[in-house]
Amino acid sequence: MLKFILRRTLLMIPQLILLSIIIFMLAKMMPGDALTGAFQGNPDVSLEQLEKLREKAGLNDPWYQQYGRWLGNAVQGDFGKSYVHQQKVTSLLAGKVENTVILSLFTLIVTYLIALPLGIIAGRFTDSWADKAIVTYNYFAFATPLFVFALLMMWFFAFVLGWLPYGSSVDIKLESGTWDYFVSRAKHLVLPVLSGSLLATFSTIQYLRNDIIDQKLRDYVKTARAKGVPEAKVYTRHILRNSLLPIAAFLGFEITGLIGGSVFIESIFSYPGLGYLFIQSISTRDFTVVTALVMISGTAVIVGTMLSDIILSIVDPRIRIE
Amino acid sequence: MKDTVVLDEKRLIAQEKLNNPSLMRTIWREIKHDKMAMGSLILLAIILITAYASPLFVDAVALKRVNFLATWKPPSAEHWLGTDDGGRDVFGQLLLGTRNSFTIGICVTLLAGIIGLTYGLVAGFYGGKVDNAMMRVLEFLMVLPSLMFIIVFVVIVPNYTVFTFILIMSTFAWFGKARLIRSRALQERELDYINASKTLGTPSWKIMFFEMFPNLSSLVIVNMTLTLAGNIGLETGLTFLGFGLPTGTPSLGTLISFARTPDVVQNKWWVWLPAALLILVMMLCINYIGQAVKRASDARQRLA
Repeated sequence: MLKFILRRTLLMIPQLILLSIIIFMLAKMMPGDALTGAFQGNPDVSLEQLEKLREKAGLNDPWYQQYGRWLGNAVQGDFGKSYVHQQKVTSLLAGKVENTVILSLFTLIVTYLIALPLGIIAGRFTDSWADKAIVTYNYFAFATPLFVFALLMMWFFAFVLGWLPYGSSVDIKLESGTWDYFVSRAKHLVLPVLSGSLLATFSTIQYLRNDIIDQKLRDYVKTARAKGVPEAKVYTRHILRNSLLPIAAFLGFEITGLIGGSVFIESIFSYPGLGYLFIQSISTRDFTVVTALVMISGTAVIVGTMLSDIILSIVDPRIRIE
Repeated sequence: MKDTVVLDEKRLIAQEKLNNPSLMRTIWREIKHDKMAMGSLILLAIILITAYASPLFVDAVALKRVNFLATWKPPSAEHWLGTDDGGRDVFGQLLLGTRNSFTIGICVTLLAGIIGLTYGLVAGFYGGKVDNAMMRVLEFLMVLPSLMFIIVFVVIVPNYTVFTFILIMSTFAWFGKARLIRSRALQERELDYINASKTLGTPSWKIMFFEMFPNLSSLVIVNMTLTLAGNIGLETGLTFLGFGLPTGTPSLGTLISFARTPDVVQNKWWVWLPAALLILVMMLCINYIGQAVKRASDARQRLA
């Protein structure tokens, strides 16, 4: 067990190094460097002075030295300075990380809250009207593009019905810490979370339904029934235990999906998180921020995939042998 | 002379063909059997024929002409779906956008299909160490946050055109396909016909593309139909964010991107809502057809 976890964690290291090299090369391809931002439009600094500063900052060194320095700083959380905002990237990220984590966490929770019961119902009562309705819903969830759905949700609930706010993460007039602030915050979360999770249910429902249909005919289920276990308990105790486990393996992919989705969701609802910041920064060509964001997202996905592999190996020992 | 059986070769071949209908024939039968899939096919055909025939009745040059006297006009007899911020006809742009979006979706799907197919076939055909190395690379590529990478590439590529956009999108669209094809190719390489061909000295590339590939073609067709919808969705999404088709090439995403301000979302629905609904309808149609194609390729799932 421990050996597997160790091996899986070690496998992550070359992935992270490769990711950082690719991102570093991309950053080099982007126009401008750390000094362009700091001294842009400053008439007191001449070109020769700038060149001297470049030399001093090591921007004329060979690429592997620069890469080493960049990586060293990045590991310590120093991603340089934003050209546009003239402040450290880390301070720019401060509140945004929290916002995106909250949004993603709620989206994940709501996704499972919707998907698990629906998947179980569809699997248990195959070919009933409920199953047919769930399969149809799932088909829509698979086919609908996220940004179209989010936009339609916003239009319908925020504008036609006027029930919910359409943008930002909280009402600006409110002071943080009060009850009203909390309510406003929650209200602002409803639409982004629902838009994301109503579509993200697809893989979980489909997997759960197919697996339950498959498990229903297994011998251990017949044995349980023969011994007189009530039908409801056959599903909750016996089948579900087997069917639920592999869903943990989807967690890594869910994280990948959430990061991709956050770019759309956050920019449609102008929700101040990492995805929205990414779109804003790339629109203003603020490349230090862009580099930092891609690095953070890539790391999150690699770590997420590793975690789900480990979770899967704990719940399903057969994986470890391979 | 009771034991002699006269073999009518032609009749046997005909009978064999009847017993093993081609994939296209099976797909057609499956679609005919499924009313929803048939409806989707007809609806999609109507949309696409209208869009591709649009140059016959829509003047593309007039569509680009800005008319400040007629901005944000609601739908009327003259402009069926009103006008946008430059007084341009939304209906005409909708047709043009559908055409562009669909064409680009097809191009990306084909290009990504070729890359994925080659990668998967090579990994599956050689197996062993080659396969192992190629799969490690693929695993890494699959965890990359591809949406962000596409956007970064779109911004930093010099001389950005429609063609470079297709290239960038295809670069990130083949991973899943390669994995799928590799797993089937791995099974296929153990079969006798491949071994026989190897013994006869057929070059590897010939075995891969002319002997192995035909046996995987149904898998490829199913996968391509299903990813086509996804690729159109991604293209319109990127254009919606402002990192898709270059300005001047309207896509369905261009029209939807007007909905970035609350005023347009609420009061000028005619600009973005038809395009959003059209994408939705197209996605649903393509996916429904895709499901029928998928069933047709798997004898156990067939309805017909």
